[in-house]
Amino acid sequence: MTAVTVTAPTAPELSPRVSPLEGLRQTLTLAWRTIVQVRHNPWELGDFSIQPIMFVLLFTYVFGGAIAGSTGEYLTYALPGIIVMNMLFVTMYVGTGLNTDLTKGVFDRLRSLPIARWAPMAGRIMADQVKQAWSIFLLLAVGMILGFRIGTNVVSLLGAVLLMLVFALAFSWLSVLVGVLAKDPEHVQLFGFTVLFPVTFVSNVFVPAESMPGWLQSFVNVNPVSVLADACRGLMLTGAEAAPIMQSLAWAAAITAVFAPLSVWAFKRRV
Amino acid sequence: MDHAIWTEGLVKRFGETTALDGVDLVVRTGTVLGLLGPNGAGKTTAVRVLSTLLKPDAGRATVGGYDVVREAHQVRQLVGLTGQYAAVDEMLTGTENLLLIGRLLGTPRTQAKQRARELLSDFGLSDAADRAVKTYSGGMRRRLDLAASLVGRPPMLYLDEPTTGLDPRARAELWRLIRSLVAGGVTVLLTTQYLDEADELADEIVVIDHGRVIASGTPDELKAKTGSQTLAVRPEDELQLPVVTAVVGELAQVTPEVNGQLVTAPVTDPAVLPAVVRRLDDAGVVVTELALRSSSLNEVFLSLTGHAADEDEQTEGELA
Repeated sequence: MTAVTVTAPTAPELSPRVSPLEGLRQTLTLAWRTIVQVRHNPWELGDFSIQPIMFVLLFTYVFGGAIAGSTGEYLTYALPGIIVMNMLFVTMYVGTGLNTDLTKGVFDRLRSLPIARWAPMAGRIMADQVKQAWSIFLLLAVGMILGFRIGTNVVSLLGAVLLMLVFALAFSWLSVLVGVLAKDPEHVQLFGFTVLFPVTFVSNVFVPAESMPGWLQSFVNVNPVSVLADACRGLMLTGAEAAPIMQSLAWAAAITAVFAPLSVWAFKRRV
Repeated sequence: MDHAIWTEGLVKRFGETTALDGVDLVVRTGTVLGLLGPNGAGKTTAVRVLSTLLKPDAGRATVGGYDVVREAHQVRQLVGLTGQYAAVDEMLTGTENLLLIGRLLGTPRTQAKQRARELLSDFGLSDAADRAVKTYSGGMRRRLDLAASLVGRPPMLYLDEPTTGLDPRARAELWRLIRSLVAGGVTVLLTTQYLDEADELADEIVVIDHGRVIASGTPDELKAKTGSQTLAVRPEDELQLPVVTAVVGELAQVTPEVNGQLVTAPVTDPAVLPAVVRRLDDAGVVVTELALRSSSLNEVFLSLTGHAADEDEQTEGELA
């Protein structure tokens, strides 16, 4: 083929690639989109705002007295774990959102645009971090109103928040994988309930492991949810403990190492 | 030479299925190419390769002179894509959808808002601008989807079955919009299952089946080749079937199809109809049905390939 010309009204000199800065700006735009979606879908806001508050109220006032002897004492024990549990549920939105985009063709539209290939995924994950931060803040505020008190200091508290955000980032990869593999967004939700409920309940989030039968304790003690809840309780209440923090980070690294490549592989197969 | 789109020997396989089996296409700048074919013919696959969403297994394709594999980013800057499924975000409003695309293309906020307003007004969506898309009708979604592909004023537009599933009014409205775009100098690649749509909009038509080009030309050339209309005659008496077949065959100058008691043949000259009436009357044949109607895609296929379009084949959507 010889000289090919385009009678394009746009600039004839087209840039050959996206600069990292443009990619970042596109990521922010896509994160903005995910946040704006919440405004038109108040149910989602309810899911990551009202639902966790219900959990705090229910567990504190219905079970708290029986489990810990007093509701105040129970709130102090359970709140860090409930925040961890809620964080895991909120990561499922990465998967449902991604799945919606894939099934509705929005993802094809995004891929047909001259934007960074990684921007759509990065935008989702960035939006997820904003939702996470909001949920953590909300649960802490509600907890404070009900009588929860930070036993350490602001730096430790921020450490706990950061640790949870890092864990959420790692756990998002599992959500991405489910989002890519699932037939429709409802299946992603279903996965969230059938897998996350047992994993979060068979942990030390609601009751200490010592109260459970020995065979169950061995699972509860290695469950990453328990480890992370322990780390956060330490950072919020009694002082940072190195072991659970290091174990949480190790879990986050392991989850990323397994699910990030799997997600990318599944993703390349689907699109 | 001003080829906006050019492909040579394009091949794409999905497992056992060959979706594209050596497709050559040329679309001249500023024209509309209609890619006509039944479900599963490879139309969507071709569009996806040309919009860089799929990599071809063999062959080459350039858009605006840029290679779709090696220079994908440049190609993406030239092409606006409107798919079969209105690919707009249902949770966002019409304005937000267009603003999103504008911002992703690097347009400053105020200009992107201005462009969104402009497009919504052009596409008759101003009243629905601030409503979430999930409240839109099917026709409105398609219009918004088309608007979304035009945000960056792309010199090339791919329309993948833009009117499938729309009612006649919404369809006519979309055709009007597409025509006005073409008048503005945009090069269009249109895929469709409807002969009348290709006839209505395209400067040139390429017919594909099983991933291969089986015919191409202007709508008039194609009609001359296949017969733009179909003559159908049904005699009252079965015994007169041979007479009817002979008369129709002679006047249409092809061997007619006989389906039960219905005799059909593609014709190009409408004067055939009165001639048939006269001849059958002379022969004393009483007919219960006599009609001249537009050829369906199936009939075009029949005359081009000798076999009917496979409708029950796996659709491309499932493959891709």
